[in-house]
Amino acid sequence: MHELSIAEDLLEIVSRTAAEHNLTRVSRLRIVVGALGNVIPDALEFAFDVAGRGTVAEGARLDIVEVPVTVRCNACGAETVLDDFAFLCTECGSVDVTVLRGKELYLDSIEGD
Amino acid sequence: MAKIRLVEGVLKANDAIAEANARRLAEHGVRAFNLISSPGAGKTTLLERTLEHYAKPREHPLRIGVIEGDVATTRDAERIETFGVPVVQINTRGGCHLDANMVARALDELPLDALDALFIENVGNLVCPVSYKLGEDAVVAVLSIAEGQDKPAKYPALFRRASVMVLNKLDLVPHCDVDVDALVEETHKVNPQLEIVHASCRTGDGLEAWYAWLDKQLGATGV
Repeated sequence: MHELSIAEDLLEIVSRTAAEHNLTRVSRLRIVVGALGNVIPDALEFAFDVAGRGTVAEGARLDIVEVPVTVRCNACGAETVLDDFAFLCTECGSVDVTVLRGKELYLDSIEGD
Repeated sequence: MAKIRLVEGVLKANDAIAEANARRLAEHGVRAFNLISSPGAGKTTLLERTLEHYAKPREHPLRIGVIEGDVATTRDAERIETFGVPVVQINTRGGCHLDANMVARALDELPLDALDALFIENVGNLVCPVSYKLGEDAVVAVLSIAEGQDKPAKYPALFRRASVMVLNKLDLVPHCDVDVDALVEETHKVNPQLEIVHASCRTGDGLEAWYAWLDKQLGATGV
């Protein structure tokens, strides 16, 4: 549900950047979303489609890059990509891990004319 | 066709306001706690018990303020007002979470110089509030056992971000098909460091551990 607020924040950044670069139309956006970011790609696309009407990014295509959670073990140093949110090292079983990736939520790039 | 690289955080604007809120609270010596749970897990009841506890005569009385976040109604604020503490209600009018800007406006209405602790009761929701920093010192998760033991595994982001979890409604264990040991085990798989307080806000059982956790957090303010 908070995808709508995220879409509005995205549009704010897109509109500002388009103005700075004299773009009159933005046709494509690349967004990076970590698995811990609580963002559902389909919901974000829908929200962006609705919120973007009448803006410089109306009808723009959203490329959403999903980043899985990767942790580094503080005991043995191994890196593990999690597929089920059990925060432990698959090498040594330690639960003392640091999240390296998976919290991302940023606008990577925009394309337009 | 032009391509522009940005790498700009979508929630950067919120995070900047949250940092300003945190600085403002710190300048006034106020410790802030962001309470997140599903609707009906017991956040308001936990606050009521907490206000009762700290209203008892103490050597160093704790001065508490409350921000109540809800989609609609002022019912929670009315419950809290009966304790005679400063309370501000935020109605999000459909919004599923509090954001830092809403909290910044609420801080304008609170007597920050006359407070030691601020409890921010977020909108009941295990998902969206987790993404929005408000300027709090700690996130408090409240989970009622009736919600089932799989919730920490299903909604890991909250239980990763929280510093403490109040496992509420333990008086209902005999009536629910829930394995408390399995719930704790699942929770610690998501966050091994998470402190868990086993309690019933209805009966008051187990809340001593919650007050002890709070006292430890508030130690810096000399309470």
